Formats: sequence, structure tokens, C-alpha cells
Amino acid sequence: MLAAADVSFAYARRGAPDHRVLDAVSLTVRRGSVVGLLGPNGSGKTTFLRILAGVLTPQSGQVTIDGRPIADMGRRELARRVAVVPQETHSAFDFSVMDMVLMGRYPHLGTFELEGPDDQAIARDALAATGTSALAARAFATLSGGEKQRVVIAGALAQASDALLLDEPTAALDLGYQLEITALLRRLNQERGTTMIVSTHDLNLAAALCEEVVLLKQGRVVAQGGTEATLTAEHVKLLYEVDADVQFHPLAGHLTVVPLARTR
Amino acid sequence: MPARVEAIGGVNRRPVRQRLLWTVAGFGTLALAACLLAPLVGSTRISLAAVFDRSIPYGENIDAQIFFVARLPRVLAAALVGSALALAGVVFQALLRNPLASPDTLGVSAGAALGAMMAITFGLDFSLLGISAVPLASFAGSMGALAIVYGLSTARRRGTSAVVLLLGGVTVHALLSAVIAFVQYLADFTQTFRNVRWLMGSLDVASYAPIVAALVPLFVAWAGFATLPRVLDLISVGSESAAARGVNIERTERVALVSASLATGAAVSLAGPVSFVGIIVPHLVRLIVGADHRLVLPASALFGGAFLIGCDLVARTIVAPLELPVGIVTAIIGGPVFLWLLFRRM
Repeated sequence: MLAAADVSFAYARRGAPDHRVLDAVSLTVRRGSVVGLLGPNGSGKTTFLRILAGVLTPQSGQVTIDGRPIADMGRRELARRVAVVPQETHSAFDFSVMDMVLMGRYPHLGTFELEGPDDQAIARDALAATGTSALAARAFATLSGGEKQRVVIAGALAQASDALLLDEPTAALDLGYQLEITALLRRLNQERGTTMIVSTHDLNLAAALCEEVVLLKQGRVVAQGGTEATLTAEHVKLLYEVDADVQFHPLAGHLTVVPLARTR
Repeated sequence: MPARVEAIGGVNRRPVRQRLLWTVAGFGTLALAACLLAPLVGSTRISLAAVFDRSIPYGENIDAQIFFVARLPRVLAAALVGSALALAGVVFQALLRNPLASPDTLGVSAGAALGAMMAITFGLDFSLLGISAVPLASFAGSMGALAIVYGLSTARRRGTSAVVLLLGGVTVHALLSAVIAFVQYLADFTQTFRNVRWLMGSLDVASYAPIVAALVPLFVAWAGFATLPRVLDLISVGSESAAARGVNIERTERVALVSASLATGAAVSLAGPVSFVGIIVPHLVRLIVGADHRLVLPASALFGGAFLIGCDLVARTIVAPLELPVGIVTAIIGGPVFLWLLFRRM
């Protein structure tokens, strides 16, 4: 459904050679699957997500949705199909939770068009799907980190029909909320068939949530495939220069990664 | 955050169309009432019924002449200036993602002040279509400052937007203030007196010509503002996520900067730097209608006009027959309100 072919990207730098961030990255995401994007800081994960979202344009290679290059789509058309969930969201003003979710309808409306009953219904459905219906009238700024992230996910569901791009969605949350958001994402995938691409530093989150993982290092794909086959101790060492113990955990029901020591 | 509203009232759950209707009706009534009632107050008492009494020919209707010739221009100028400053305040606050930004933040009004100071100090004496040198030079100054800020905003890349723009604007403001001080230093006593008076901000408008002239840049600004409301909602939550929702960030920033600066320049050239309107009005409006810019923008335009008409009414009656510069009144009311807003956020 969503595919990237040989995507390369470099940030231009004044008085210095361009800083190459992505080097011929290819990826195919099937409809309804959850793909993890793993790699150390500076490996190009966030840049790659920004390219998939159409916020950045790659110097070479292309991204397609159902075979159609996103470069040929308008901004709004692309935003109707793919939505982004950032790590953290701060609002400069006191928007309500319902306001925040209705903003997801932006690409579906004309410049001077106001939301109608259909948009309200879609927003309420998104609130229900993320378990935030009871918060609808609350001020977004007064919510806890986990509640905020659920509301932002609701906004993304109200926005896009096809795929969510999540950029370290649990990095700013404490352990309890990390598990809560992970469970929510898994449920959304199972119940609604939402396609997701999740960048994360949390290898256990990736193991719990993703069918497939893509390992990025210095802008190149070093491995990709099914999570159980790809998330190995060797690959963890290659990515992070860390010795780790990777085991299937019978209680968790997925692989778990226990970091042991920095190599070097 | 004890003072922060936990729940945003039931009003908020009504569809936006309905809330917009109520907002425009409510604030529109207020603004219209201010425009009609404020001219009735002054040294000579006049009655609204007599003003609009069709049975008396206009040439003999003293009440109508006082209303339309002596007082209405000043009230309309207050309405336009208050409305323009409030709109510019809303837009700068959303664009810079900073609720404490104001039309002065990016140095546009400092540019306008510099233009006016130079016209006064160097004795520029010409007029164009009935507009004298000081407001013209002032508007030119504001456009010069806009050009600098605009240059800054296009020179930067990769979305470090708000902070860079804010720092750039503050620097431009400081730089222009230094040049203003220099020009002031060159002025003689009479010119210094006029400079100081101009900087206090006053609505001493006695004809319709300056109002019509100010409408030209204001129409352009209004056309720009009309495209902004929903986009400002999205940008104030984060420009990266706004971009991912299909907002053209660069174009929006350009339209917002130019429109808000044109509005500020028009307002300052008409009345001098009337402070605090651009910051208090948007905040009071948000307390009433919430954060949605589709409501905040029209409400601020209408309430800004009514607010400045009210302040000017105080300015010209409180020590009558003297007329205070309205900038003193807005600052005396605005200072404490601003502090209150500042501390209730903590």
C-alpha cells in the first residue's frame, strides 16, 4: 500500500558538503500491517517519516501510495490518507479536546468550510476508538501525557483513512502510559485495520507491536523483515553498539530485549 | 495551573457554525452600539434621535453636524485602529506560538515610530491626497521594518521558525529604538514635544481623509486575514504537524506576516503606537469564545474596535476639556490586565 523506493535525502549546508541523511532507503508496507523503524539517534528515522508524510521531498527516489507517487498528490490529498502522530504536542492556546480532534478534519474541508455533522460524527468515533470520549470538553493542556497522546492519535484517526506515521509516540511518557499507548495502537490495528509505521527507540515496544521492523543506521537499511527474525542480539549490537540478551518472553508473548553493556 | 480552566464550557460542544453566529452577533452589536453612542458624548450634548431626524434638513441639523463632522471620524478611527491592532495581535500570537506576542513584537510599530520621528524632526512638509507627511512617513517606516522581518523569515530554513522570527523581531525592534533615540537627540524643543506627543498615541482625527487612506492597506490585510483562521489553529499546535495536515506553512507565514504588519502599519500611522490593545483584546476574547481562531479573529476585530472607542471616550472626557492621548488610557488599563494575564498562567 505505502512504498518507498530508493529514497535518498540530504540537508543542504552552507559552506560544507550536503549532509546525507538517507541513502537509497526502500520499504514496502502492506495494508493493515505495523512496521517498526529502529535505529540510533541520527540514523534518519525522523527524516524518513517526514518524507513519507510529504513534509520533505527526497532528492531522489519516490514514495507511492497504492502505486501513485505522493509527489503527484496535493498536500491535502496526501493528508487525507496519511497522518502523523508526533512525540509530543503542546498547544499555545486553550483548545478543548474536541477542538484538537476536529482539527484533523482540516484536509477534508474547503478554505472557508466549517465542520458539519459528518465531521462531528467522525471526531466522536475517533474519540471513542481511543477511549477519550469522556475528555471531549476538557482543555487539552490540562490532560496527562498519556491522555494527550491518545487525543492526538484520535485527531490522526479523524484525519487519515489509510496510515498513521508515529514518531517515537511513547518517548515522552512514563512506563504506565507507554504500555497503555502500545495496547491502544495494537487494538486500533486489530479492530480497525489501521496501517502504522512506528519509529521508536523502545525495542520492547517494537517487539510487542510490530510484525516487521526496518533497521536504519547512518541513513542505510541494514536489515529488514519479520520482527522475530530481524530483532536479534547481533542486530542490536550492530545498531547501538550494545550487548543485549534477546529472548522470547512467555508472559509478555513477544521478544524482549535486555541491554547488558556498551561494547567498544 | 490552578487558574486554568479544567473543562471548556458546554458552549464549546455546539457546532462551530452556531458559535460563530452568536459570536459575530454579540460582538457586532457591541461594536455598533459603541460607534453610535460614543459620538453622543462630549462638551455639547446631542441626541441620537435628533441626529437621525429626517425632517430637519442636514444644513440646519446641528446635532447631525456635530455627530458626523466633529465626532464620528474620531470614533471610526478608534474602531479601525482598535480592530486592526487586535487582529494583528491574534495573528502574531498564533504565528509565533506565543500568547504574549503583540503587534509591536516584530518591530513594525518601531519602524512606524521612526518614520514619524524623522518626518517631525527633519520638518518634512508635504501631503498626498490630503494625508500629511507624518502619517505617510510613519507608514513607510512600518513597511521598512516589515521588509527586514520578511527578509529574516525567508532567509531561515528548516522550520526553526517561531524562535528565530521572534529573536529577529526583538533585535529589529531594539535597533530601530536606538535609531529613534538618535533622531530624537537631533530634534529641537518644539520637535521633541511633538515627537513625545506622537509616541503617546492619540486619535486626534478630525476628517474622513486619513480614515479612507488607512482603509487601503487595511483592505489588503483583511483579505489576507480571511484565509487564515483555521490554518492558525493548526499552526498554533505545531507547524510540523500542520504541514502534515496539508497546510502550506511558508505561504501561510508570508500571508500572516504581511497582513498583520500592514494592519499594524495602518493603525500606527493613523493613531501612533497605541499600546496593549493587540495583547489584551485577544486574551479577553479567548476567555469568552475559546481558542478557535475562526471565532477569535472576527470577535477580536469587533471587540478591539469597541474597546478602543471606549478607551478614547475615557481619554476625552476624564479631564475635560483637556483630551488625554488614548495611548495613556490603554496603557493604564492594559498594564494591570496584562500582568493579571501573565500571572494567572503560572
